[in-house]
Amino acid sequence: MGLLEVKGINKRFGGLQALGDVNLSVAEGSLHAIIGPNGAGKSTLLNVLVGKLIPDSGSVMFDGQSVLGRKPHEINQMGISRVFQTPEIFSDLTVYENVMIPCFAKRDGAFRMHAIESIRAESDIQDQASAMLSDVNMLEKRDMLASSLSRGDKRRLEMAMCLVQDPKLLLLDEPTAGMARADTENTISLLKEIRTKRGITMAIIEHDMNVVFSLAERITVLAQGTPLVEDTPDNIKGHPKVREAYLGEAQV
Amino acid sequence: MLGLEKKDFRLLLIVIGLTMFAPFILNPFPEGSEMAQFNAGYPDLMQRFVIFGIFAIGFNILFGLTGYLSFGHAAFLGAGSYGAVWMFKLLSMNVLPAIAISVVIAGLFSLIIGFISLRRSGIYFSILTLAFAQMSFALAYSVLTPITGGETGLQLALDDPRIFGVSQTATGNIPVPALFGLEMRSSFEWEVGAWLFTFNTGYYLAAAFMIFAFYMSIRIFRSPFGMMLRAIKSNQTRMSYTGLNARPYTLAAFVISGMYAGLAGGLMASMDPLAGAERMQWTASGEVVLMTILGGAGTLIGPVLGAGMIKYFENIFSKINETILHTWFSFLPDGLEDIVVAMIYPFIGKGWHLTLGIVFMLVVIFLPGGLVQGGQKVAGLFSRKKPEDAKPNATEPAE
Repeated sequence: MGLLEVKGINKRFGGLQALGDVNLSVAEGSLHAIIGPNGAGKSTLLNVLVGKLIPDSGSVMFDGQSVLGRKPHEINQMGISRVFQTPEIFSDLTVYENVMIPCFAKRDGAFRMHAIESIRAESDIQDQASAMLSDVNMLEKRDMLASSLSRGDKRRLEMAMCLVQDPKLLLLDEPTAGMARADTENTISLLKEIRTKRGITMAIIEHDMNVVFSLAERITVLAQGTPLVEDTPDNIKGHPKVREAYLGEAQV
Repeated sequence: MLGLEKKDFRLLLIVIGLTMFAPFILNPFPEGSEMAQFNAGYPDLMQRFVIFGIFAIGFNILFGLTGYLSFGHAAFLGAGSYGAVWMFKLLSMNVLPAIAISVVIAGLFSLIIGFISLRRSGIYFSILTLAFAQMSFALAYSVLTPITGGETGLQLALDDPRIFGVSQTATGNIPVPALFGLEMRSSFEWEVGAWLFTFNTGYYLAAAFMIFAFYMSIRIFRSPFGMMLRAIKSNQTRMSYTGLNARPYTLAAFVISGMYAGLAGGLMASMDPLAGAERMQWTASGEVVLMTILGGAGTLIGPVLGAGMIKYFENIFSKINETILHTWFSFLPDGLEDIVVAMIYPFIGKGWHLTLGIVFMLVVIFLPGGLVQGGQKVAGLFSRKKPEDAKPNATEPAE
């Protein structure tokens, strides 16, 4: 039984079958990649997992509990964090505040009325946030506004905001989309570092084959809303069905 | 100090100083002099300065921090006023229970309106609050007349069944609001040479409440709750994917700012025990929006400055009429005098709205951070001119 169990998910948008009978199992401690050509339903699947979309049928179990029908903040409180294609951070706040907010969310839950206490009195939260920032080598940038960071740093910050909550599952939506080669390499090494240091279970959706094959331990190939195969990277590489999905039948 | 950082504590001290010495600061010109009409140190106006200051401070907690633009906050101010006047009618002429009930009523009222309006954000939220406030205004004006006094407004009468205290004074008058016998309208006047300074009880009570309101707003700004509100303004998507529920946060901010408005309404009724439906009208809601943006939304002191500036314009600028202009420019040759007066006239007196509108446009275009940003720019100019002086400060820790 995996940490995340997706069974028989169907989702239609009008006449389009975005997801058709998707089954997926992400084992605890693994790095599972979901790949597929454009329009394969990768993003739809991710949006189902985080509660943004509700599927027409099927079940999604996380850590023994169903996530369907729960709001994104409730799913996060269960232990699923998400990294977006374009980093979603609190641009108008400082880097330090950006990391403190998830610490508060982790400790105090979805809402707490701490309107009179000063942030300065929260030494635990501050220590936690500082430690996280030094982990991702951003401590010296802590008083900068998040909007003034470079794109690579924004990605790093978003990663830190997710990791500081110590999630059970980290979902990554094309973390290297639109990145320059150097930034992509940096992100790969950052993810590898997180894997070795923290052993967090990750599910990654990715376009870039280079990223996928250098990171993933298991790969699910999605095409036209249905999983084609699920296997190790080595077996996926030469798989005829995968080539067919990516390159079209004529090439087979 | 008092749980505040040094910088914030200094700001609080400045505000305390300014409000305590306002009767002097606002009356810089001697009585009977040409400039005396610019004196703003009379009780009625000073009370308005601090009461609208409270209103704007509260509004800023919602708008400045979360970015939710409410166009219906006057409804809470009006509700607070009605509550206070009813306390005067039924319970006692003491202002404390009246102010307390006005805060409670406004809080409950804003809880209901906020709960419904916060289902939407952006322009739809603004429209919902506006609709609710206009509805409240229309109801207060018509069907709720037994409670609100309708067109004439809610006033004290000679036969109010007051539980504590009398319905009429010995001389057959309606008693006046007081704080344990200290009448709100009572003033102490001090003549120093040609100057006349007025120290009004009602003003000092309202000022004490404003200082407390300002202090609470600093605490909220510096709290984790305040940080969450800024996070909501910045990125709601990240907020929910961080495991935080934005709705109760925005609702709490809405209710807090509604209670501030209720406090302002209660104080207004304490200074002058009547309440009218026009206090709920959308123009009144719009005014607090202007105050906050003019002073600097999201800054601590901005709303107070904005409230002061608008009230000054409204009460002082509007008094300058054509005759006064003619006396000012009487040194010019006749024809030229008429031309100059004709050119300036549209901007003053009844035309003060035009000047305010121009100032508002200039601020929004050139100083999106309001008067506070303007002040910072001026301060920045000075510190750049004297880099030697600035250096010792720079070596100190920034916080």
